[in-house]
Amino acid sequence: MTDVTMRLWRGDRSGGAYQEYTVPSGEGMVVLDVIHQVQALRAPDLAVRWNCKAGKCGSCSAEINGKPRLMCMTRMNTFPEGETVTVSPMKTFPVIKDLVTDVSYNYEKAKEIPEFKPKPKEADGTRRMYQEDVDRVQEFHKCIECFLCQDTCHVIRDHEENKTAFAGPRFFVRLAALEMHPLDTNDRMDLIRRKAGLGFCNITKCCSEVCPEDIHITDNAIIPLKERTVTEFYDPLVWVKRRLAGRKPNQLGATEPEPPSAR
Amino acid sequence: MTAAYERHDYDVVVIGAGGAGIRAAIEASARGAKTALVCKSLLGKAHTVMAEGGIAAAMGNVWAEDNWKVHFRDTMRGGKLLNNWRMAQLHAQEAPDRVLELEEWGAMFDRTKEGLILQRDFGGHRYARLAHVGDRTGLEMIRTLQQQAVHKGIDVFMECTIQRLLTASGGVAGAFGYWRESGKFVLFSAKAVVLATGGIGKAWKITSNSWEYTGDGTAMALDAGADLIDMEMVQFHPTGMVWPPSVRGILVTEGVRGDGGTLKNSDGKRFMFDYVPEFFRADTAETEQEADGWYTDKKANRRTPDLLPRDEVARAINSEVKAGRGSPHGGVFLDIASRRPADYIRKRLPSMYVQFKELADVDITAAPMEVGPTCHYVMGGVRVEADTAATTVPGLFAAGEVAAGLHGANRLGGNSLSDLLVFGRRAGLAAAEHAAGIPAAAAVDEAEVTEAARVMLAPFETDGDENPYAIHADLQDCMQALVGIIRTAPELEEATLRLAGFRERLARVRVEGNRQFNPGWHLALDLHSMLTVSEACARSALLRQESRGGHTREDFPKPSADWAKKNVVTRRRGGALTLTTEPLPAMPDDLRALVEAKE
Repeated sequence: MTDVTMRLWRGDRSGGAYQEYTVPSGEGMVVLDVIHQVQALRAPDLAVRWNCKAGKCGSCSAEINGKPRLMCMTRMNTFPEGETVTVSPMKTFPVIKDLVTDVSYNYEKAKEIPEFKPKPKEADGTRRMYQEDVDRVQEFHKCIECFLCQDTCHVIRDHEENKTAFAGPRFFVRLAALEMHPLDTNDRMDLIRRKAGLGFCNITKCCSEVCPEDIHITDNAIIPLKERTVTEFYDPLVWVKRRLAGRKPNQLGATEPEPPSAR
Repeated sequence: MTAAYERHDYDVVVIGAGGAGIRAAIEASARGAKTALVCKSLLGKAHTVMAEGGIAAAMGNVWAEDNWKVHFRDTMRGGKLLNNWRMAQLHAQEAPDRVLELEEWGAMFDRTKEGLILQRDFGGHRYARLAHVGDRTGLEMIRTLQQQAVHKGIDVFMECTIQRLLTASGGVAGAFGYWRESGKFVLFSAKAVVLATGGIGKAWKITSNSWEYTGDGTAMALDAGADLIDMEMVQFHPTGMVWPPSVRGILVTEGVRGDGGTLKNSDGKRFMFDYVPEFFRADTAETEQEADGWYTDKKANRRTPDLLPRDEVARAINSEVKAGRGSPHGGVFLDIASRRPADYIRKRLPSMYVQFKELADVDITAAPMEVGPTCHYVMGGVRVEADTAATTVPGLFAAGEVAAGLHGANRLGGNSLSDLLVFGRRAGLAAAEHAAGIPAAAAVDEAEVTEAARVMLAPFETDGDENPYAIHADLQDCMQALVGIIRTAPELEEATLRLAGFRERLARVRVEGNRQFNPGWHLALDLHSMLTVSEACARSALLRQESRGGHTREDFPKPSADWAKKNVVTRRRGGALTLTTEPLPAMPDDLRALVEAKE
């Protein structure tokens, strides 16, 4: 065991500050192990969320030396020996206490997404999907809801006011999973354009970079969704088809929030 | 003084939001009950998310010969016939429908060439039977259920820990606990309560379980007057990580062996061939050639001994290590690298690949893993009625790991996720029916609430000198050393004495800080349930003088025909735990014939 020094943000909604703790660290330890050492030896009331300690549940998200990461999957030996490691709560969400933030924004956004509606079963009573058709959706289903993509997304990280009209990368992944599900029949295009605020995203790929599940959020979810909304709303063939079918075109502009870059 | 608390009134309150809890809430709500779902963590983070290998269900998509009768037989034999036969029957019959229902709700399992749900091999299952998504099936399952619950508008109370069940005239009246965020008290009045709180593994040092697994539901049920059965039956999963020390205990899916991996000792020998018990000899391959042939031809070959039930494999690994044939860090080798192509391994076991690469610097496509037993699951728990999941307390139901009976003395891999779905649904249904049958929830006894609040706040008010983290570490050492895989009477007696000592220390525990999101305080409260379930486990283990499934007594190394017919029953009476034995429910002859038939 060698000693390591951690600089941890302590505080609550009313404010706080970094405090340093020096504790023993053993072979193979991850940041979360050292946080637990701090709890057991120095600060028993240090607040932190965690569950599986194996990168499967997405509970222990934080910012480690300023980078959004899972504490359970960040090895201490990735830092130079003797370096003080700084851990702070995710910046995009209101702090509750210490390293724990109020992530209810995400749970509220989840409620807005129209549910999966499968088409009728096959004549033989089964549902058939082929592996090559489900592969791309299975990538999205890997999401562990750590919300690190939400944390890093600049649309909401520095713009609290955008939260009402922007679902964030996690929910673009969810929407893409539903839209590309071979059995799904529900229509979410209007939501994706308006309330989910897909137009806010200017594909800087920050979300893809922090994803611990290596989901290609921008390339595989967001860009295809953007292409779909373009086809749905601006493709002249789709437009003519819609007019012939007697459906009114969705009105553009009025309720669509402007992206921050337009202000 | 009356404690200040917020109050919510529901027909059905479900405690715990893993697979069983969410499934129960969906069912209760669909049956018209006003339903609350209350959980210690955020929604979607419960232990179910960590399940890897799959959901056992005899759908027959890969092997048309499979059906509920074969699954029933496998489950009973895997449980060394201590199972509640009716639960095992319902489970085997209903699991396929519950899996297909997940698909209706948007789950996306791996597919066969024909486009149906693919099924994989697992320990103790005669046919490839586990519906799965790579090695992250639990994630797919909990996310699907979670989203279904959200779409149905079920009220969810996240990061809310229930500490006590409230009773009135012998029946359930509600539940009392606290918000983790604020530390403030919350009371739920309810016509029916479903316990779905999971297991007890956090009382052991080497465990695959998270901080939540402190036996809350088991202890609360006991305190409310419910019966527990077979608390000695604890499963040590044979393959947990052993190195580095900080990850010791983290689960390595049985899917590694299901997909062709094999266990080897330091001599490179596939040692499981030396550990085939008489009970499974007729069903198990005798040569490496036969074992390897079984993966593709189940008619001409018998099952590889690498996929014997978990209790057998865990004991075998334990023996190899003790005999000096272990790996450098005290485990054995699990090798899939030399047996399957790298692409196949990465496709089938993606999270195992990342887990070893990131946490242990091991590339599992190139080198063997080091693995050893880890405390994983408790087969014992709250006694329930098979068809309704009703406990012995009116209005109280239990489903999933907190309930007992289905798995007998040992659970087969894959039978947990199916258990959650089958009995979660049944518990929600029965709870809603119970609630519909009574006009109003029983009045809450304010004195009981005040007393519960006093106990919960005591750690702030004592002038004691005990630290909850230190007590927890000592408890884990005690259970690991004295109530582990191999047990003896003197060690179990010693454990019981030490547990009494921990209880005295807990009375002197003092926590720092305030009630706002205070993990030290939360642990101090969780220790009450951990000590209760640990005592029930140690004393049940002392009482059962035989070896069976997850319970191995060095001083009684063989199964006994007499104990084969008995459940160990634990009750709280007059403040103390009392233990007795009661006869197992008798199995009908047609089902007994299924169990005893040769393969």
